[in-house]
Amino acid sequence: MADIVAPAYRTIPIIPALKPGAMEGKGPFVASEKLNEALGFPGQLVEDWHDKVIAKMGDMLSKYRSFRVFMDACVHCGACSDKCHYFIGTQDPKNMPVARQDLMRSVYRRYFTIPGKLFPKLVGARDLTREVLDEWYNYFNQCSECRRCSVFCPYGIDTAEITMAAREILDSVGYGQKYSNEIIGKVHKIGNNLGLPGPALIDTLEGLEEDVKDATGIDVRFPIDVKGAEVLLITPSADFFAEPHIDSLIGYAKVFHATGTSWTLSSMSSEAGNFGMFIGNYDQLRTIAMRIRQAALELGVKRIVVGECGHAWRVAYSFWNTLTGVGDGADANDRFAQMLQKQLDHRYKQPAHICEFTWDMIQDERLTFDKSKNDKHIITFHDSCNVARGSRMGDMPGGQFEIPRNIIKAVANNFVEMAPNTTREQTFCCGGGGGLLTDDLIDLRVKGALPRMEVLKNAVDEHGVNFMATICAICKAQFTKVMPIYGFDRKMVGGVHQLVSNAIQLGPK
Amino acid sequence: MANIEVAGKTYETDEEGYLINLADWNTDIANYMAQTESITMTDQHWEVVNFLREYFEEYQIAPAVRVLTKAIGKKLGAEKGTSEYLYGLFPYGPGKQACKIAGLPKPTGCI
Repeated sequence: MADIVAPAYRTIPIIPALKPGAMEGKGPFVASEKLNEALGFPGQLVEDWHDKVIAKMGDMLSKYRSFRVFMDACVHCGACSDKCHYFIGTQDPKNMPVARQDLMRSVYRRYFTIPGKLFPKLVGARDLTREVLDEWYNYFNQCSECRRCSVFCPYGIDTAEITMAAREILDSVGYGQKYSNEIIGKVHKIGNNLGLPGPALIDTLEGLEEDVKDATGIDVRFPIDVKGAEVLLITPSADFFAEPHIDSLIGYAKVFHATGTSWTLSSMSSEAGNFGMFIGNYDQLRTIAMRIRQAALELGVKRIVVGECGHAWRVAYSFWNTLTGVGDGADANDRFAQMLQKQLDHRYKQPAHICEFTWDMIQDERLTFDKSKNDKHIITFHDSCNVARGSRMGDMPGGQFEIPRNIIKAVANNFVEMAPNTTREQTFCCGGGGGLLTDDLIDLRVKGALPRMEVLKNAVDEHGVNFMATICAICKAQFTKVMPIYGFDRKMVGGVHQLVSNAIQLGPK
Repeated sequence: MANIEVAGKTYETDEEGYLINLADWNTDIANYMAQTESITMTDQHWEVVNFLREYFEEYQIAPAVRVLTKAIGKKLGAEKGTSEYLYGLFPYGPGKQACKIAGLPKPTGCI
């Protein structure tokens, strides 16, 4: 890994020169037979993959009107072409969102449109060959489903949906990606992406109680499997395991402690992340989400709060209601969803983001902070894609941008913004989202981080920024890994609740 | 899947060089794995690797970075119970690199 180098910063961030074929290749590791079969997918690429792919595509086109519209609507205006961090970082023209989509659109035209069936060459339609399928696998695993390009599309084409559809089709013929499928298998079997069994989780939490006691002198608890607790916290399992993630977990616990909130984690449902979304598979998405419902019902909690995880919050905010009954909207005949609806306390938002929880408590003056504890930091905030473009917080439009910033400003004195065309809904992906946070894609991840690193560098040079806060486990892991390659200290990245943890006053007020 | 040959014997590894059968592990394999990661094993490296194996035996997973730093700090003194110390020994990340040498599966997820 020592030979990985960061691409040079661009003097002026304009459209980079094209390097056709720069990212050609076999793509990330393909999932093994064992991993695929555990999820109910064919073990390996099926013999009749050609017909199966076309049939699956036809099935999805008839089921999802959005997918058909996205296939038809693009006019190749090019507005999206330079908006993708992977295109900017790799310079491979097939990573222009329009070109990546066209890998699939050309096949759609050939098999599902009359002009494409009659005059394929005239309309850019092409046969589905093994080369085309391999190209799908390679390039649809070079999209993090961040949806930045979609913000600039005049037709509102959701590029992430196309990547998800491609991955769903590939999985259906046994051509899935190792990293995502292995992780999903672990959730089904053990309850979290890491494969962290209950006893290890309990040992880790006990260790944290000791650490916080040593540091503060206060008994802050990290409860697990407590029946009758008010709040069930669903957080990414990286929060139990990795640095800097664990510092935010400590922050959540301190907030619950300081506000006298009874809360619990669940050893059965110890994962907020839901990679079912990354592979575009509804059944996997739902099965993973169901663990949360089961835990909530078994523990009898009144509220469900979600920790710092980007795509988990999109799944929770946008899909949990119909999938599981956390939030209104499930099928009237879905008995357990209706049961959960009755159980939850609807004076509160269900589900709620931990930032909403903390911000509400700050506004109610139930938390006090010593802001000077964060004075060593000059802080900026990196918006995470799925929070920024796939969800909301609070009661007003843009709450998902304001609330985390409000919290930072409430707990620290030094906050500055990065360039406005790279934050909020125009934020750049960290370069590791959407199921690409794997070592076999490290070259892509380093290159994809370029736009964010350029902007961070400016903030460092102009304002002396030395801490970039974020509310996503993937962002934290990705930056910890790639920032040293760009010459930054890996400890420059951390969670919003890490800052909360530094400044919160736990003793008597 | 791939195979490695160590001291005349063949062992199965995954695409990234992690040992498939945990029971296969021995110190020759550890030294071999370390070499492929450009690491020369010292007593300090062995302390970490041995702790990882003990922890894994009990919990069926590698310890969290924080658990590891704390345990090393207790054993070798507080100044060594830091992630800097561990990154010094295993530059690509103590979690993944040390696990590989210890013959443990690679931790997965958002880490």
